[in-house]
Amino acid sequence: MSHNDNEVLIEIEKLVKTYRMGQETVQVLHDVDLTVNKGDFLAIVGPSGSGKSTMMNIIGCLDIPTSGSYKLDGVEVKGLSDNKLAAIRNDKIGFIFQGFQLLPKLTAIENVELPLVYRGLSNKERRKRAAEALRKVGLEERMFHKPSELSGGQQQRVAIARALAGEPPMLLADEPTGALDTRTGQEVLALMEQLHQQGHTIVLITHDMEVAARAERVVRMKDGVLTEDHAERRERREAFAGIQDGI
Amino acid sequence: MKLSQAFRMAFKSVLANKLRTALSMLGMLIGVATVIALVSMSEGSSRQVQAQVESLGAANMLQVTITGRGLTTSLSKDEAMEYGDIDNVEGVSPIVNGNAYAKYGTTSESYTVEGITPEYADVRNVSFVEGRYIVDMDLTNYNKVAVIGANVASDLFDTEDPVGKTLLLNGNRYKVVGLLETKGDSLNGSADDKILIPLTTAERLLSSKGVKSIYLKITDTDKSEATQALITAKLAAKFPNSTNAYRVIDQQESMETLGSITQTMTSMMAGIAAISLVVGGIGIMNIMLVSVTERTREIGIRKSLGAKRRDILTQFLIEAVAISGLGGAIGIAIGYVASHIIGVVMDTETAVSFAMVVEAFAFSAGVGVIFGIFPANKAARLRPVDALRHD
Repeated sequence: MSHNDNEVLIEIEKLVKTYRMGQETVQVLHDVDLTVNKGDFLAIVGPSGSGKSTMMNIIGCLDIPTSGSYKLDGVEVKGLSDNKLAAIRNDKIGFIFQGFQLLPKLTAIENVELPLVYRGLSNKERRKRAAEALRKVGLEERMFHKPSELSGGQQQRVAIARALAGEPPMLLADEPTGALDTRTGQEVLALMEQLHQQGHTIVLITHDMEVAARAERVVRMKDGVLTEDHAERRERREAFAGIQDGI
Repeated sequence: MKLSQAFRMAFKSVLANKLRTALSMLGMLIGVATVIALVSMSEGSSRQVQAQVESLGAANMLQVTITGRGLTTSLSKDEAMEYGDIDNVEGVSPIVNGNAYAKYGTTSESYTVEGITPEYADVRNVSFVEGRYIVDMDLTNYNKVAVIGANVASDLFDTEDPVGKTLLLNGNRYKVVGLLETKGDSLNGSADDKILIPLTTAERLLSSKGVKSIYLKITDTDKSEATQALITAKLAAKFPNSTNAYRVIDQQESMETLGSITQTMTSMMAGIAAISLVVGGIGIMNIMLVSVTERTREIGIRKSLGAKRRDILTQFLIEAVAISGLGGAIGIAIGYVASHIIGVVMDTETAVSFAMVVEAFAFSAGVGVIFGIFPANKAARLRPVDALRHD
C-alpha cells in the first residue's frame, strides 16, 4: 500500500542538531537527509545514543534543528515560534510515547480528548471524535476508566487513540512496545500495521530490529548519521560520512 | 483553547488535591476574615460617632467663639442676633457659658452652665422631654429658671422628678422648669451634663457681660465657606486689628477631622490585615511552584499534544486564582460571622459594608493573579522535550 500516492510528507535536508554541554558543543545529528511519503510506514532504528531520540524530537516538532531544513506537509518548521510549533504538533502529529504518557487523573476518553481541547473543538464534537478513536483501537468499553485501571496494552491503545483523535497526517511512535511485554507488544504492533493498511503514515522509532522489521521501510541511525537500505542513498552516505554501514 | 474549558480543567485539578487546596487557601482565608472583622469594627465605631455628631445637628452648624482683646471682649445679645441677617444663616443662638456649683439637698457638683435664648432649641437641636423650655419672657424678666440635662437630673435628683424643684446655683435659687432629652457624648463634652438658664440671668450669675459664643445654623452646608467669610468680615469690623479675638469653627470641619481619624484607624487595620493577605499569597505561590514541578510531565504531555504557552499559563493562573478566590470567599463568610460575634461580645457596633466585601474578594483574587503569574509563567515556559523526560 505504500507509495500509492507519492505526495511527500516529510522532507529533511542537511539537518544538523548541536547541543551545548557546558563549554563544549556536541553535534548529535550530522547532515541528515530523509524523505517520507504519505502512507509510508517507516522505522528509524538505532542503538541508544545514536541520535534517534533527537531525530524523533525534531520530527515531532518538540525541538528545532540547528541548521538544515525540515518541511512537514509542505511547511518549513525551522524558525517557527513556540506557539506555531504547538499548533503544528496539534494539527499534524499524533504522538505515541514509550511510557504511554497518559494523564493519570483523567479517564481514557478525557485523555483522548486532550488534543481536541487544544484545537478548540466543542464539547460535543470532542466526545464524538474521541469515542470514535477509542472504538478504532477496540476500547469503547473502557472509555470511562482511568489509566490506572487499565493494563499496559490497553493504556498504549488509549495513547494510540489519542494520537488518532486529531486525525493527523502522521503518527509518530517512540518505542511503542518499550514498556510492554512481548505479547502485548505484538498486539500493539499489529494494531499499527492495521492503521498503516488503512492509510496512516507512521514513523516508528526503536532500538529493536525485530520491531523495526514490521515496518515496510527501515532507516538506520548511528552516531548521528542516517543510512537507508536504498543503494543510492547508502553510497552517498558512506562517501559523505566515511563510516561503515552497519548492515 | 476555550476559556470555559480552561476553567473546568483548573477546577478539576484544584478539587483533585483537596487537602492541599484547603491548606494553601488557609492563609488567604485568615487574612480576609481578619480584614473583614477588623474593618467592620472600626467602620462600626466610625458610624456610631458620625451618628452622634449628626444628632447634634453639627453638619449645618457654625460656632463663633469670642475670646476678646482690649476693651471689647464680647458682643451684646442684640449684636449677636444681627448675625441672623447674614445670607444663608437660618438661626442664631448666642450663649454665655461658665461653670457653677449646683446644689440640691446635700448633693453638690460643678456643672457647665449655659445662658441661652429660646433659639437654642432649634439651632442646637436639643429638645426637652418634660416641662418647658427657656422663653423670651424669662430673658426680659431675669427669671431664675433652669432647664437641666439628663445626667444633671439623675446626679442631683436621683429618682425624683426634677421639674418644679428648686436647686442652688452658686447659692442662688433656680427653679427647674424643664428636662432635656438624652443626647449622649459629643465633641464638646456631654450635652447631658449641662444646666441651661436664660442668657440675661446667666450674665449676672457668671458675672460676665455679653455673649461669649454664638451658634449659627445655616441653610445650605455647601455654601458654608461663603457664609463663614461673611461672618468673619462682620467680626473683623467689630474687632479691628485683632483677628485673635474671635474664631469661627465649622462643625463640619471637626466632623471631618474626626472622620479622618477613624479613617486612619480603618486603613491602619486594613494595612495590617493586607500584610496577612500578602503572606497568604506567598503561600499560594509556594504551593503553585511545587505543583508546577510535580506536574512537569503533565505539562510536557499537554504541550506535546498542542497546548500553547497561553493555554498552560491560563490553566495555572486560574488554579491560583481559584484557590485564593475560594479562600477569600470563605474568609468573607467567616469574617462576617466573626464581626457579629465581636459586636455582641464587646458590645460595640460593627458594620460589614458591601463595598468592603467586594474589595476583599477582588483583593484576594488579585493576590491570586499576582502570586500565580510567576509559577504559571514558569510552567508555560517549560520546553516540551525537557518536560516529557522529567519524572
